[in-house]
This record gives sequence, structure tokens and C-alpha cells, in this order.
Amino acid sequence: MTEAVPTLAPPIPVKIIVAGGFAVGKTTFVAAVSEIEPLSTEAPLTQMSRGVDDHGRRSTKTATTVAMDFGRITLGADLVLYLFGTPGQGRFQFMWDDLVRGAIGAVVLVDSERLAESFAAVDYFERLGMAFVVAVNTFDGIAAHHLADVRDALALGPGVPLSYCDARDRPSAHQTLIALVQHAVALATA
Amino acid sequence: MNQIGIEPPLGPKGSSPAEHDGAGRRVRPYAITSGRTRPLGGDLPVEALVQRTAMGGRALPTAHLERRRILELTAEPLAVAEVSALLRLHLGVTAVLLGDLVAEDLVIVYLPPAASASRVDLVLLERVLQGLRSL
Repeated sequence: MTEAVPTLAPPIPVKIIVAGGFAVGKTTFVAAVSEIEPLSTEAPLTQMSRGVDDHGRRSTKTATTVAMDFGRITLGADLVLYLFGTPGQGRFQFMWDDLVRGAIGAVVLVDSERLAESFAAVDYFERLGMAFVVAVNTFDGIAAHHLADVRDALALGPGVPLSYCDARDRPSAHQTLIALVQHAVALATA
Repeated sequence: MNQIGIEPPLGPKGSSPAEHDGAGRRVRPYAITSGRTRPLGGDLPVEALVQRTAMGGRALPTAHLERRRILELTAEPLAVAEVSALLRLHLGVTAVLLGDLVAEDLVIVYLPPAASASRVDLVLLERVLQGLRSL
């Protein structure tokens, strides 16, 4: 027997993915805009190991568990936005498909000193056809590269929004989220 | 942060080590779900909201352990990921427990609107944009 549904309608949950390479500031970004202390959960992911492993097998696919940080922004009584930091980078390629399904889009954070760390994330969202923006984390307000150089290095199409962002700074991170949703709206109306 | 944890214990060998949850407790992640790794009723999106039903509220005083904690936490809607984080349980374990509670009508899961569509619809996107701008 099903009980009556609580009278107050629950909020609609939506999510944005915060991606990028190792130590690029994903958790800092989530913490800057989240209304709660970021939480962490152990998430199951499928992992593709590249090349040949110790046992001589090629391109093995294994299930693994990674820590995933996330935060929340209440956007009114009937709408709540979750921000999920995607774990996994470097020599492991994680399959984020289950996590990102249904997301509004992704913020790909980039450390301009270590651009290569974020190649995989850019590739992933491009292939998926999901709306994404690239934000160059300036850390101490210092950007090592001009945006045009970053765009070239990441081989970003002209349509992908690219900006600087200080992941520790709430207004800056907030502005990056707005840029992403604007971009998602533009793609949806194109 | 970003580190790779252990593998789930249900590989073909079934011999992975027990998980250490940082609170001094050692337990195989899926022991509390009797070894099941799939929730009843399919996969749950991490942002799906969970809320206990009236029946769930009544069942709370006699519920035990993780089930009790879930019923306590979900007086107000809470995302699957939040339940998992607050219980310090693996997301997969949380989904199995929630699946059982749903099957018993003790909690309701509200799926996100985009779970069945490939893209978030425009009206919702514009509401999100408006919401962010007015923060």
C-alpha cells in the first residue's frame, strides 16, 4: 500500500559537474559556492586503464571506488542545484556516464601551469555533446597564460566559453556557473 | 579527495579487503545489503531526492541501524548522494538500502526531470539561470 505523498511538493534537483585534472581546484570551487560544507561520498566508477597492464592484458576495464565531493545551492523553494566534482584523472580514464547523465553541463577547471591535466575532461564533454565551459583557475590572481593561448592549447572550438576564475572566490565561481547555464540555454535554443 | 579507493568486494574472486570508513569501523561494504549490489528498481541518480513517507515516519522507532538513520535523515527531501555521505556509506550500498525502503513504501524517491530525457529542458534551464542570478 502506498502512503499519501507529503503535501508540499519536493524541490526539483538539478546538477552541474565540476571537472578537471588532479589538484586543479574542483573541491575549492564547489566549497566556494556551496551553501553546505562540501560532502564526500564513495562512488562506484568504471575505470579504463590505458596501455598494457602488469598481466599483459590490454585496455582492462575494472570497477573501482573513488571519493567524490559535492555541494548544494538552493535556488528557491522548488529548485535545488547540486555540484558534483568528478574524480579521476591522470593515467586512469574514468567512465563518468552514470554520474553526468541528466546534468545541465560541466565546468572544466584548468590550471594554466598544467593544462594537460584537463585534456581528458575537455575531450570527454566534447564527445558527450554536453554543454561545458572552461575556467582557468588563476589561484593568486596570476594567470600563466593568455586565454587565447589556452584556447589553442586545449583545441577548444570558438563556441566554448573560456574565462579566468578564482576557485576560492565565491563571486568568481558563481559567475562561472552563470556562464555555464547561459551557454546551456544558448545551445538549447540554437 | 581524488584518491582511488578500494575495489568493490564483489569481483569474481570475492576476496577484496574489508573497507575502512575512517571512523574506526571495519565492515565489508555490501555486508549490510546481504551481498546485493543492485538496488531494487534500477539505478538511482546521485541527485534524486529521497523523503520518508508517513509510513516511514511510523516505522522509524522500530527500525535499526542504517535503515533508521535514513528514515531520520529524510524527514525533509535529501539527495541520494547526501544520504550516502551523511551515513558514510558507499553510494552503491546506499542505493540498495534505499531500494528496499522504497519497495516497502517507507521512503519515496523523486527522480530528477532529466533522468528520462537526454537534455535538461529549456524552461528548467532558464529557471536555474534566474535562480543563480538572484543569489
